[in-house]
Amino acid sequence: MERIKVVLAGQPNVGKSMLINALSGTTKGKVGNFSGVTVEKLEVCFTHHCHLIELIDLPGTYSLDAYSKEEMVAKEYLLNEEYDLILNVVDSTNLQRNLLLTLELLELNKKMIVALNFADEAKRDGVEIDIKQLQKLLGVRVVLISAKENRGIKELLDAIHYVAEHKREPNRITYSDVFEEEILKLEKFLNEKGFRYKDWSNREVAIALLFENEKVYKDLHDNPIMIELYPLIRDSLEHIYTHYETKDIKEIKASEHAAIARGIVLEVVKGAKEPKSLTLTQKIDSILLHKYLGIPIFLFFMWALFQLTFKFGNIPMEYIKEAIDGFSNIVGGYISNSEIRSLVVDGIIGGVGAVLLFLPNIIILYLGIALLETTGYMSRVAFLLDGFFHKFGLHGKSFIPLVTGFGCSVPAYMAARVLKSKTDRLITLFIIGFMSCGARLPIYVLFIGAFFPQEIAGNMLFLIYIFGAIVALVMAKFLRVFIFKSEDEPFVMEMPKYRLPSLRLLWHSVYSNAKEYLKKAGTFILAAAVLVWFASNYPKDKELDQTYLQKIETTKSEKRKKELEVELKRAQLENSYLGQIGKATAPFFAPLGFDWKLSVALISGLGAKEIVVSTLGVLYSVEESKSDLKEALRKNLTLPVAMSFIVFVIFYLPCFAASSMFTKEAGGVKYFIYLFLFTTAVAWIMSFLIFNLVKLFV
Amino acid sequence: MLLVDLKKGQRGIVKRIDANSELKQRLLSFGIVRGSEIEVVDYGINRSTIEVRVGNTLLALRYDEAKAIEVERIDGED
Repeated sequence: MERIKVVLAGQPNVGKSMLINALSGTTKGKVGNFSGVTVEKLEVCFTHHCHLIELIDLPGTYSLDAYSKEEMVAKEYLLNEEYDLILNVVDSTNLQRNLLLTLELLELNKKMIVALNFADEAKRDGVEIDIKQLQKLLGVRVVLISAKENRGIKELLDAIHYVAEHKREPNRITYSDVFEEEILKLEKFLNEKGFRYKDWSNREVAIALLFENEKVYKDLHDNPIMIELYPLIRDSLEHIYTHYETKDIKEIKASEHAAIARGIVLEVVKGAKEPKSLTLTQKIDSILLHKYLGIPIFLFFMWALFQLTFKFGNIPMEYIKEAIDGFSNIVGGYISNSEIRSLVVDGIIGGVGAVLLFLPNIIILYLGIALLETTGYMSRVAFLLDGFFHKFGLHGKSFIPLVTGFGCSVPAYMAARVLKSKTDRLITLFIIGFMSCGARLPIYVLFIGAFFPQEIAGNMLFLIYIFGAIVALVMAKFLRVFIFKSEDEPFVMEMPKYRLPSLRLLWHSVYSNAKEYLKKAGTFILAAAVLVWFASNYPKDKELDQTYLQKIETTKSEKRKKELEVELKRAQLENSYLGQIGKATAPFFAPLGFDWKLSVALISGLGAKEIVVSTLGVLYSVEESKSDLKEALRKNLTLPVAMSFIVFVIFYLPCFAASSMFTKEAGGVKYFIYLFLFTTAVAWIMSFLIFNLVKLFV
Repeated sequence: MLLVDLKKGQRGIVKRIDANSELKQRLLSFGIVRGSEIEVVDYGINRSTIEVRVGNTLLALRYDEAKAIEVERIDGED
């Protein structure tokens, strides 16, 4: 079976993913993902014989002279990899700008097909494109499609088949008179010398030389013809420079392309000059980007998303929790060895289950983010907020992961993917943990309840959250200035037209994110859960167990039994590796006013922040979730210590699940070490300051 | 005059782009070249961002970066 390797190239928001969905919907497709390039292999059979069509989906790029990482991936692939043809996906409703990339692609001199997507929308817009004429001007096949409505897909496959089988037609684009004159001069010379380069025409070689195509110069470097060519090229460029009043060949190329694209559009686009959809977009923008209403509307959307994520997400959470409990009871019943049972039930099922609990939240959140992105609203948010966030070295879009962080850091780290620049993303990832997540709430509630009067409890809680957020912004600035010093990425961002997303695309996005999350839970988090379980359960002191068990058995009073059980737990925890670590690190925590118990509680919180409360309960020998713990804390701790503890909880390392997600999103263990050092330093310094400051007043 | 001297709704013809290569390249790839028409659609809060229209494309720029674009105002409007 013959294999046709097709590279999909196009600007962002031209519906490439939609097209892939439509193409793979007609056949059986397999998807694989690596380093920004999606490879999708699908088998397509034509009436007379079968072809294996391999689709390579490149990240959307506005131009091939680009800077961002994703755009580099596309450029590198197009220039250096082997493939049969380029499928250039184009937005019919914005032909002129899309043609800028098409023209660049044509200069690669590869087989190519142009797919005019959004044919349906163009029609509604009253835009009519003369396909035949466009085909003639570009010199490549043009197919009108609507990936959303599944139209033109068959014709497109036919065209792929046809083009792959036939010889490539030479580039036929007509440049400006100034340029054409120089092209002809060089072409004539190359013809006279009987020169050949690959399967290119000499006209194509001339164009590449004039546009200073690096690869062509490299290839021809050792060719004797260059001695004669250099003076010719220099003369030609001098003419061109004089005409354009600049020596920046990239700028000249862009001007040439812009002029050609304008010319083509004038010739092939009939009908409405002003597309209706654009007018509608501007109308919607006049509300959503309104000077005074814009921000409140955005905040409302965020609030709604937040509510949905953490309110509606909690409904199935109950059921999942019950299911997990039921499951661990059943499994536990089958295991007679108490240590293995503890490992499976408390360690594995408990640890992974805690992560699975968040699956509903993740799904809702991702649906929300996919909606924000595919409708085109996300860019508006960046537009609204960039002014404020840029002052702190962040990007407008950083807002989304940061707000998500108030719920749970795990989805927040994933949400940081909306940021395209690596520096913006890293800075955002580093400060997400300072947005206090839901799991830290019980700790705050406990400590506020113990040390502050009821009337100001709410305000104190609010203050804790605000304090975290302010320090996060300041730290973002710090990271931008001292650590990630890279040049500010310019903020030149398209505000795409508002579009209703297709359900298929939404489903695809939510499904793949949820799958990845589950995969994570099954691997890394599983290992982490086992580790934490081990550290808090071993080494076991058998004698201690025996003594206490005997005591418990001989005691008649139920109350005394409970007390003894808690005492046993405390003794065990104190003895465990976790307890030993806590004691070993006590000197480190001493300047903050923490004793070894608080140290152990903090370290146990690395498993999950909720654990801090239950550990405190065990260590202060009271049953958890009872007001006794507040009493015990009040008796044992002073106000400065309590406040210092709260501050440490705001800033120190996120829990295991979150940390492993951070490591993955940031791109390596190296970053986890940085995160550990960074958060520990911030937490320690802040706690130290608060501890000593409060001491002055108390 | 500069692009940012235009008021909301006014249009101009791009005369010059005075920017570092990365910013310039980005602008070029959106078809902002000498001679192209550009319209100021709106200014963001505190004028920290600016929304422009080039052809059928709406673009958001930072105010400081938009200062790199020199334009000549198209007369005969408002």
